[in-house]
Amino acid sequence: MTVTSDLDRRFREAAAAAGLLDAGFDVVESPIGPLFVAVTPRGLLRIEFGGNGSEEHVELLARLAGPRVLRAPRAVSETKRELDQYFAGTRHAFDLTVDLRGVRPFAERVLAELARVPYGETTTYGALAAKVGAPRAARAVGTVMNRNPIPIVLPCHRVVGSNGSLTGYAGGLHVKERLLRLEGAII
Amino acid sequence: MQRVNVPPFESFYAEHRGEVLGLLRRRLGTQAAEDAFQETFLRALHAYPRLEHDRHLRAWVLTIASRVAIDAHRRARPAGGEVPEIAVEDGRPDWAGLGELTDGLPPTERAAVVLRYGFDLPYDRIAAALGSSPEAARQAASSGVRRLRGRSSQ
Repeated sequence: MTVTSDLDRRFREAAAAAGLLDAGFDVVESPIGPLFVAVTPRGLLRIEFGGNGSEEHVELLARLAGPRVLRAPRAVSETKRELDQYFAGTRHAFDLTVDLRGVRPFAERVLAELARVPYGETTTYGALAAKVGAPRAARAVGTVMNRNPIPIVLPCHRVVGSNGSLTGYAGGLHVKERLLRLEGAII
Repeated sequence: MQRVNVPPFESFYAEHRGEVLGLLRRRLGTQAAEDAFQETFLRALHAYPRLEHDRHLRAWVLTIASRVAIDAHRRARPAGGEVPEIAVEDGRPDWAGLGELTDGLPPTERAAVVLRYGFDLPYDRIAAALGSSPEAARQAASSGVRRLRGRSSQ
């Protein structure tokens, strides 16, 4: 028996509306390609480039947040709205709560500092390391950026090498460049 | 990290939804089966974290569906009409806004308010979805609404 897409959609809506999900996810379209977005009752848990909601993604969410993981556009609608505004250039700061479950304490401190780097500006791995009181940990900061669970919203694209080179980005260097250009940080 | 004994709900739902809908259609007909389908999986979702292992999931969800079908049959018999006990002063809120509106309510109250006023489910169905009694569901919805009123008058 095939469940119609309308019936399916209504169930997913109801499940999210009733607050019964440990994590709701969806794949949202963006100018830099599809983004896998997952939200829990505590906040935004994941953004992944090119994510397609594969079984692996879903399993990871279940391990982090609990088994009640469901594709539910409604659960990510606020995140999607703010991302759309960001890409349209009308939003310079996100008002989203983040859920940093599964992130180690050092990384959490680095990400908290990263969140303070303003729109349209860049910083370096070394400067960020110094801010968290570990001036020689630029490399470790690089690793944290590389594993950032919530790119774009936690703006690791604003972190560049000390010589100004873009160095690396999980979504690809062209994406990093595009985000910085959108923000007017590079021309 | 939590230890997960059951598959993510997404996989469970994808695997069993077709069979559940088939069972409900045979018992209730196409129209009533749709409501019952939603109720079955909401009930399953509510109980899901309490499952201790992933065996017999198919039997488990088909049992829930059967109970939902039996309840639907009972309701279909003529009985006293249900009178809503809570008047919402400014009309019934659009269900799409309810999720946001009820954000921050205790989970049971939130679910009861959304299912009652957003999805128009009667209290016995809400009770079924929440695994409680109709009276408890009514009280949860009622105290949720009181809490929201208190909040909006601040």
